[in-house]
Amino acid sequence: MSIPGAQRALTGRRLIIGLPWLWLGLFFALPFLFVLKLSLSESVLAQPPYLDLIREFKDGVLILAVNLGNYQLLLEDSLYFKALLSSLQIAGLSTLLTLLLGYPMAYAIARAPQHWRLPLMMLIILPFWTSFLIRVYAWIGILKNNGLINQLLMGLGIIDTPLEMLHTPFAVYIGIVYSYLPFMVLPLYATLVRLDLTLLEAAADLGCRPWKQFLRITLPLSMPGVLAGAMLVFIPVMGEFVIPDLLGGPDTLMLGKLMWIEFFSNKDWPLASALAAVLLVVLIIPFMLLRHYEQRNQEAQ
Amino acid sequence: MFRRAPLLMTVLLFGYAFLYGPILSLMVYSFNESRLVTVWGGFSTKWYSELLHNEQILGAAWLSIKIAAINASASVVLGTLAAVALVRYRRFRGRTSLEIMVTAPMVLPDVIIGLSLLLLFVSMQTLIGWPAGRGQTTITLAHITFSMAYVTVVVRSRLAHMDRSLEEAALDLGARPLKVFFAITLPIIAPALVAGWLLAFTLSMDDLVIASFVSGPGATTLPMVVYSSVRLGVSPQINALATLIVVIVAIAVAIAGVLLYRQEKGSNSRKE
Repeated sequence: MSIPGAQRALTGRRLIIGLPWLWLGLFFALPFLFVLKLSLSESVLAQPPYLDLIREFKDGVLILAVNLGNYQLLLEDSLYFKALLSSLQIAGLSTLLTLLLGYPMAYAIARAPQHWRLPLMMLIILPFWTSFLIRVYAWIGILKNNGLINQLLMGLGIIDTPLEMLHTPFAVYIGIVYSYLPFMVLPLYATLVRLDLTLLEAAADLGCRPWKQFLRITLPLSMPGVLAGAMLVFIPVMGEFVIPDLLGGPDTLMLGKLMWIEFFSNKDWPLASALAAVLLVVLIIPFMLLRHYEQRNQEAQ
Repeated sequence: MFRRAPLLMTVLLFGYAFLYGPILSLMVYSFNESRLVTVWGGFSTKWYSELLHNEQILGAAWLSIKIAAINASASVVLGTLAAVALVRYRRFRGRTSLEIMVTAPMVLPDVIIGLSLLLLFVSMQTLIGWPAGRGQTTITLAHITFSMAYVTVVVRSRLAHMDRSLEEAALDLGARPLKVFFAITLPIIAPALVAGWLLAFTLSMDDLVIASFVSGPGATTLPMVVYSSVRLGVSPQINALATLIVVIVAIAVAIAGVLLYRQEKGSNSRKE
């Protein structure tokens, strides 16, 4: 290759790597610094509703006003700690429920005849393409007091008074499992379909029973998929706003909803930023787990 | 397989019923005469005609479509560049950070992304005066940031699995790398680009939380209108809107599915 050709290839390489890197660096990574900065600022009634961290910069002297009050409030007011625990509980339990429904589904699809797999997976992904908001909204009509389920049960004479389902934790769990099921099935299917079936045949030849084959071989080998699916559900659900807001009750405490209220209703941008910073720190370990799986997955390919 | 495992089959059927039941109920009640969404009052299409005369919803839908189309096109360009970088250049400075930055936007809660972008836009406006005010531009910039991550995943898997012998042949015959990319690589990964464009379009049409944070007074997107109407209770017009969205999406996905299916069959038979 001639020198100008090599030069061109190098410029091309720089552009190909540089453009997406700069975009994401500017619009994704850099903004977290602003969140951190604002979480250390003071809230005021003004436009914008906070005082800048940097008060003065004169003659090489930088005067900062660092306010730890937001974090202090998060520690002192038990509301926020309760919201954190409640988010962890809701995200954890709904991840488990999604796994319990998603695993057998992914397993059945992975073991279906080859020409069935793609259409069956398309049917799993299809709801993900329709509006998330509208799918959550659909459950309001089903769960409310004069909704489909209550009308059905009352029409059949099973119950006399409507069951209280909407605006309860039950509705929140239903909404989360429903909305996030495709995220669980996708990675599970990907690991289960690659599973080496000769291992199971060998075990069967040696007299291993089907359920033991599952526990000893299939389940351990599918753990990377379980982990990835669990993190793909757990991480976004920790900050979920729409589902607890539309399906949950006023007592459904979740960090995402609390952040929304602090920001939009109370106009307390610094406190909302402090909450975001805390949520981000909580999510670092789950995110690293997800990355670990993805790296292994790419090496396997 | 299914004959041997009735329990597995039952769970699978239950799962599909769970996924599609609510959507079907929504569609059925969009043809309900009665305003009470769950009491059947006879067949009617009046909510559709009311929807088509609802200026607020139509205006918001138009804004959302504009944002979604610009977002999808920009995301495909940036996402494809990121995918090419990650698949073709094995080692480079910033690889790990690029990997993290294309994974994180897909999983991080929307409230965090929305708030952090808003703070960036506010600071940018005070420092360099751009983007002036918040609205269509800021929503589009925010949507490109998370959509391009999804496009990267879709294009990346196609690039990683493609047969490179054609590219190598063209390079051996003296074609310039850029020419090879446009004449050979691009047509091969085209289905992934189409899928990525459609995915980015849908994600943008669907986003409520991030748009709410970075939007200004003048710009109301379709999900924002739907959300404020849903908060007031169930509304048959929203059912009609939902039905239209589901039908459009189902047709688009069905076409994409048939294309992918044929292509997969084609490549399988070629291998045999």
